[in-house]
Amino acid sequence: MTINKKNELTNDFVIRFANTNGTGSASANHMFAKAIMRMGIPVSAKNIFPSNIQGSPTWYEVRVNEQGFLSSRGGPADVLVAMNSQSFARDLGDLKAGGTLLYDNSRQQDLTSIPENTTALGIPIAEICLKEYHDPRLRQLFKNVIYVGALAALLDIEFEVLKILVSDQFKGKEKLITPNIFALELGYQYAHTHFDCPLATRVERRDLIKEQILVDGNTGCALGAVYAGVTVVGWYPITPSTSVIEKFASYCQRLRIDPATGKKNYAIVQAEDELAAIGIAIGAGWNGARSFTATSGPGVSLMSEFLGLSYFAEIPVVLMNIQRAGPSTGMPTRTQQSDIIACAYASHGDTKHVLLFPKCPTECFELTAIAFDLADRLQTAVILMSDLDLGMNDHLCEPFQWDDERQYDLGKVLNEAELDAIEQYGRYQDIDKDGICPRTLAGTHPNKGAFFTRGTSRNRNAVYTERSEDYVDNMQRLARKYRTAAALVPEAQIRQQHQVADISLIFFGTSAQVIDEVTAIFAEQNLTVDSMRIRAFPFGAEVPKFIEQRNNCFVIEQNRDGQMRSLLINELNLSPHSLTAILNYDGLPLTARSVVRMISDARTVAPIRQGGQR
Amino acid sequence: MSYAKSKFRHPNLEVNDIGLTYRDYEGVVSTLCAGCGHDSISASIIHACAELSIPPHKIAKMSGIGCSSKAPNYFLNRSHGFNSVHGRMPSVTTGANLANKDLCYLAMSGDGDTASIGLGQFAHVIRRRLDMVYLVANNGVYGLTKGQLAATSDKGAKNKAGEISPFNEIDLCVMALQLGASFVARCFSGDRKQLVSILKAAICHQGFAFIDIISPCVTFNNQANSKRSYDYVQQHVSTGAVSDFVPVKDEISCDLPSGNYHDICLHDGSLIRLYKVAKDYRSDDKLHAVNMIEAHKAKQQILTGLFYVNPAIDTYHEVNQTSDTPLNQLREDALCPGQRVLKSINGSFR
Repeated sequence: MTINKKNELTNDFVIRFANTNGTGSASANHMFAKAIMRMGIPVSAKNIFPSNIQGSPTWYEVRVNEQGFLSSRGGPADVLVAMNSQSFARDLGDLKAGGTLLYDNSRQQDLTSIPENTTALGIPIAEICLKEYHDPRLRQLFKNVIYVGALAALLDIEFEVLKILVSDQFKGKEKLITPNIFALELGYQYAHTHFDCPLATRVERRDLIKEQILVDGNTGCALGAVYAGVTVVGWYPITPSTSVIEKFASYCQRLRIDPATGKKNYAIVQAEDELAAIGIAIGAGWNGARSFTATSGPGVSLMSEFLGLSYFAEIPVVLMNIQRAGPSTGMPTRTQQSDIIACAYASHGDTKHVLLFPKCPTECFELTAIAFDLADRLQTAVILMSDLDLGMNDHLCEPFQWDDERQYDLGKVLNEAELDAIEQYGRYQDIDKDGICPRTLAGTHPNKGAFFTRGTSRNRNAVYTERSEDYVDNMQRLARKYRTAAALVPEAQIRQQHQVADISLIFFGTSAQVIDEVTAIFAEQNLTVDSMRIRAFPFGAEVPKFIEQRNNCFVIEQNRDGQMRSLLINELNLSPHSLTAILNYDGLPLTARSVVRMISDARTVAPIRQGGQR
Repeated sequence: MSYAKSKFRHPNLEVNDIGLTYRDYEGVVSTLCAGCGHDSISASIIHACAELSIPPHKIAKMSGIGCSSKAPNYFLNRSHGFNSVHGRMPSVTTGANLANKDLCYLAMSGDGDTASIGLGQFAHVIRRRLDMVYLVANNGVYGLTKGQLAATSDKGAKNKAGEISPFNEIDLCVMALQLGASFVARCFSGDRKQLVSILKAAICHQGFAFIDIISPCVTFNNQANSKRSYDYVQQHVSTGAVSDFVPVKDEISCDLPSGNYHDICLHDGSLIRLYKVAKDYRSDDKLHAVNMIEAHKAKQQILTGLFYVNPAIDTYHEVNQTSDTPLNQLREDALCPGQRVLKSINGSFR
């Protein structure tokens, strides 16, 4: 069979895998992506999966791009691996005209709706498995490995790289190495024998990866928590946050066992619900242990009352919110940034919380560690705002780093000697005038420093009162503390030239993935772009400064209502006209193309000064 | 308002083993209604802790929301306290205990806080075998919101407004037994002697200790037809065994009483000594305890006393194998694996 070689797509293509969930395809697809990384070529992987355990269609999209544009590209794929006969006809619609289709032709497939000029490559994968394996489970599992082998031949992936990868992956389970390599070879040989390999769409070794790693954000959060010294976790399973806890537990099993006694330097409780999960974390924070819980939207709703307690009773706690498309029976396996307002103002009464917005797994690690310092310093809840795309998908990023000189900032906690040195201790005395009052822990001193923790019905010495003056005094101090927080949180990252650019962008979290590509696309149109990436709430002084220097900024966010835009307008007292919302809320990772299209449309329809339509 | 108590001490006030008098275990003046059963519970706690010579700062007072949960302010002023969220004291106490296993967690809850809004957390804190003392001040009525019926009200019970409880009551002791509590007792706040001795035993018990304390509400549930009034409870209370508590240090032989008694040895070596033991009394059989409770209920009697104790059960930290040093005292050297390890972890992502 001759293959169309006209379109040179070396190191720049998208391959889409259409599988059935519960068949082990994700790990084979992950192996495929990792092989490309090991050949020194930038790669990203997005797993688009249903809320289902077994039997529903699932997709996995790998983007290879040597310029390093690694967000979801959007649009039809260059190569389609169609392994799910149930979704086969629909999946063909996701293939570009002139693209390559790899499919299992053990059974006759309906190719009538195939796009124009498709190179359709059928491999009798099921038949091969039926012949080679007796165990029905292996027949299923190795189907995936066989197509990876075939892709290696078609896309020119070095077979040696795959072999080493398999050996690394099954370290400790050596019995699995040979059969996996055998399955890879079955696919590889079949493709070489029957097709003209490699395709025009292919990879070519580069040296662009350097020290970078391919990892998911939840692993970054989990490791950040280990390194930040977390000892107590309360949690309740909810996609997409569950793997934060699972990874935390598995690293603790490796790294947190006391060598002398074999006992655990940590405690993880799977609680009865999200209320208990954060209650456990707050109880531990009250007692001076670093603690956290991880959840997603529905859990945030349930935790809201406790978040208010943390704010008013001034107890450190970290909440990791791996956001997803709401509500509970919404699209729990799809990504979104739609809990901004819910988290910023969670709970009843006048409450405001500290939010951190990581953009990549490296930052998940770093901001998690910072979150614990901030929570202890500010004696309040700090919420890490990740999302499903960041948390569960593998991202190419800088390696995790820890400065061995770094010490935990445990904030103002008085020990026995410090208590002895002061005449009278009052829990809510703002000695340093920064709104943060020294706290004490139970068991510290035999007759000094004890107090009764409660919400706001107390005076500066933690004595019960319902006097209005004391209430107001306390609320004003909490506002002062919040201003202190604004100066302590990570600054926004600003990219600008001397002159204000044609297009100014404000974004946060995973939207960062598209910015370089958006900038490059606009550059082709001779349009300059400057930008500000918000990393925290409350906003530092640099945030209003950037906005006020411009007539209009585009706020890119992954929700329907422009929640960050609302927060900026509300907190910074901005004119709504100064910010134009660029919104994506279909549950899929943001694409540069869609952002460029929306910004271009907004610029045509509503020239600067008339922005702000939502 | 909190009122400061006079610091005046009688010069001959008895001191305990650590040089403190019972007044060093007091709290601020109670703001509960005069005659509230909860104040008797506070007084019993003060005496139990003073007599056990526990350093007050080694106790953490935990509570949720309600009249009961305000009460910890009225005892143990030298202890930290946490008036947390309605029905969520068990989770907060779990976290506190995980962070520092070396404190004594004395938790006070009420019938609304435990049997209604907090029923789930109550069940799960028992299930996870937290080493704590969980007290319910049970008056069958919502006090702070002025007299609504509680889930612990008997079927047919009438509140002050004339509302009749149409459903069966939740018996927290029976639940605690079923869920695996290793120490279950019921007391009457009006019987100080029994309450103090059972409190002392509960504090020394290693594991989850639950005491349901019938504590009449003088304002909203003390009327003639109430089944939680002082008069009703006094007339219908029946004790399975009169318990006394013998601390580790006391020689058992020094004061041997005559007659029928039965000793239970706790984990720390102290003893619960039971006198006047009813003929069919046993404290090591859950099923038997449930039968006794239900049999008395059928006779319109409220059985009090220690229903069940298992001194040998593993607590949460033994099951988890938590480090001997409390987790809140561990620092970077024990917690942070360092850059060298991180380098090799990075390697696994390439």
